Amino acid sequence: MKWGIVTFPGSNCDYDCHYVLKDVLKEDAVYLWHKDRDLKGCDVIVLPGGFSYGDYLRCGAIARFAPVMEEIVRFAKNGGIVLGICNGFQILTEAGLLPGALIRNKSLQFICRDVHLKVENRDSLFTRCIGKGVIRAPIAHGEGCYHADDDLLERIEGEGCVAFRYSSPDGRVIEEENPNGARNNIAGILSFDRRVLGMMPHPERCCEPILNNTDGLSIFLSIADKSRG
Amino acid sequence: MYRVKIHVTLKKSVMDPQGATIQSALESLGYQGVQNVRMGKYVELDLAQKDRGGAEKQIDEMCDRLLSNPVIEKYAYDLEELK
Repeated sequence: MKWGIVTFPGSNCDYDCHYVLKDVLKEDAVYLWHKDRDLKGCDVIVLPGGFSYGDYLRCGAIARFAPVMEEIVRFAKNGGIVLGICNGFQILTEAGLLPGALIRNKSLQFICRDVHLKVENRDSLFTRCIGKGVIRAPIAHGEGCYHADDDLLERIEGEGCVAFRYSSPDGRVIEEENPNGARNNIAGILSFDRRVLGMMPHPERCCEPILNNTDGLSIFLSIADKSRG
Repeated sequence: MYRVKIHVTLKKSVMDPQGATIQSALESLGYQGVQNVRMGKYVELDLAQKDRGGAEKQIDEMCDRLLSNPVIEKYAYDLEELK
């Protein structure tokens, strides 16, 4: 399986994603530059975290018009697999590949700490290898408060598109565990066709025992198994 | 040529913690009666268009595609013809 990791000006998690895929998982992984129009035959596209184009105007608002994004939108519309992490999630909502939007954290603070995530959907190609109901992963964002209006939220919930919710370590989805004010504690969502996942937590930052947490690995393994199977 | 002044604001249904914080800051400074503070963005630009209709059409398109996110924001603008 060939993975393409997109670097925008201001991306800062692209190397971490590449390291996990290439060195930890021994997958075929290449970088894609924001000006590229060729996805180099990749099977999966990863939009990494960071501050693309300085987060000017709105997070992801400028990045979504990068040349590479035109190709990625086409790729996704044809059923291609796309994973957006943090700023990548923001870019995917701006590009219309995922419903809703990400707005300023309720606390107005940039939050950088581990959170627990209740895995709501364990059948998707992004979550099928997650062997437990709750995982732990770090978040690092100032604008990660997921917003969708009532009608859209009802559709997202009704179609089972919520992938992860902020929860307690034992999986209780409660307001006290909601770090940013996200509606329904949403930390990650799937597209309606289940081919695109956006999530605010960083799975690429918890993939090795030396980091005392390998929960993130199961997301990359879920995706990788798809093409092997 | 037109000078365009665009205001982008969060929809009423969208939580605005910045507005709430500004309101409580104003209250703590002793100002009474301040309500419904909403934080927005202001964009000013000059547009080389001959007629008003063409200018408005272009501004609407620019606002819908880039300057605002219709999922969470709305916009309003003023046009002033530059002599």
